[in-house]
Amino acid sequence: MAKVTYIEHSGNSHTIEIPNGLSVMEGAVQNDIPGIDADCGGGMACATCHVYVKEEWLDKLSKKEDGEEDMLDMAFEPNKSSRLSCQLLVSDELDGLTVSLPSKQG
Amino acid sequence: MIKTDTLIIGAGPVGLFCVHQLGIIGLKCEVVDNLDKIGGQCIELYPDKPIYDIPAVPECTGKELTNSLIEQIKAFKTNFHLNERVEEIKKIEKKWLIKTNKGTEFEASSIIIAAGVGSFEPRKFPTKEIEKYEGKQILYSIKDKKIFKDKTVTIFGGGDSALDWAIELSNTSKVILVHRRDEFRGMQASIDKVNQLKDEGKIEVHTKYQLGSVSGNEKVESIIIKHDDESIREIKTDYVLGFFGLIMQLGPIAEWGLNLDKKTIPVNTENFETNKEGIFAIGDICSYPGKLKLILSGFHEGALAARGCFKYAKPDEKYRFEFTTSSKTVKSRLGVKE
Repeated sequence: MAKVTYIEHSGNSHTIEIPNGLSVMEGAVQNDIPGIDADCGGGMACATCHVYVKEEWLDKLSKKEDGEEDMLDMAFEPNKSSRLSCQLLVSDELDGLTVSLPSKQG
Repeated sequence: MIKTDTLIIGAGPVGLFCVHQLGIIGLKCEVVDNLDKIGGQCIELYPDKPIYDIPAVPECTGKELTNSLIEQIKAFKTNFHLNERVEEIKKIEKKWLIKTNKGTEFEASSIIIAAGVGSFEPRKFPTKEIEKYEGKQILYSIKDKKIFKDKTVTIFGGGDSALDWAIELSNTSKVILVHRRDEFRGMQASIDKVNQLKDEGKIEVHTKYQLGSVSGNEKVESIIIKHDDESIREIKTDYVLGFFGLIMQLGPIAEWGLNLDKKTIPVNTENFETNKEGIFAIGDICSYPGKLKLILSGFHEGALAARGCFKYAKPDEKYRFEFTTSSKTVKSRLGVKE
């Protein structure tokens, strides 16, 4: 279980307890957090679950797999702290993770 | 005006199998899809990725699945209207009148929406002030490459479309290629070719840059690109091309008076009809308790929706369930010679 905070582009913040094993994307979708579309449903095929990870968390996350960076090329305003939230699996170690959402997903 | 029994919106795997299910019960259909090819997400998002959960097919790629489905419906000689998006639907007495963005008109007794997450549209630049140039000097696809002759063209993107056009246009235009990171994700041969043209001074390449702003009056005159380290560079350019792939948008479907739940259409699970009589929704776009977004679920949904269409197409006939293994009628529809 980890508490993950999603900060919408407007500044609205949601802190949700997410069971281990779900992705940060699924945590958002199942709790109706606006701003994460996840059109492809977690297949790393659409770049509409794009989030910005708070800097201090970047190194603590699993490394990007082949393909994630390629998909991020297509995301809306990607930067160095961009990740696809479908690729971030929740575990106890992620307790306290904060991600910010882009102004839109595409 | 094209008259048919059922109009299917979406030529993905679920729409294709639904053609089969309509065909074997003797209904005719036409298919409209906004992409330029048949196959939907399978062909656009993962043509070469293996899929492992199609029943009785241990492993196949998106492309192989699409080809098999096309083969399976060959006997029905279905018309596909590609590069077209359904814009308007209207009910007149017992028929639906359907109009696409290209002006094609259909009359059908039912509509099956198998549109995935909506239609594929090009992803656009995030910058706001570009709107007035879009479709003129800022483009996301190329219809006539002659317009670029002897002009300066700035291409954004790191995939095959960006690389291929950079190579192609470098023959007749000054080409500047801009990408947000050092690595390109296209085919190795294209990446090598771009590097070679760069070394020969035929293509200018700027990596770790993204579009900052656009200036001009009637036409684009120059753009500012921004480096990861915040430094900027001004580029004089006639055209700006963006190749960021496609995104799915629900589009006009949202305007048809259908109940919507987020981006999906609630249906009943008896025949996958929506709140509108004669309009059905199957595949990723439909929702109901327990919905799984799997291709195999979409096949089941299409089989039931096809039967649901029967009473609208043939109100005076009674639908009879038949097996393909034993029914002579079904076999003849499938073109099976005995």
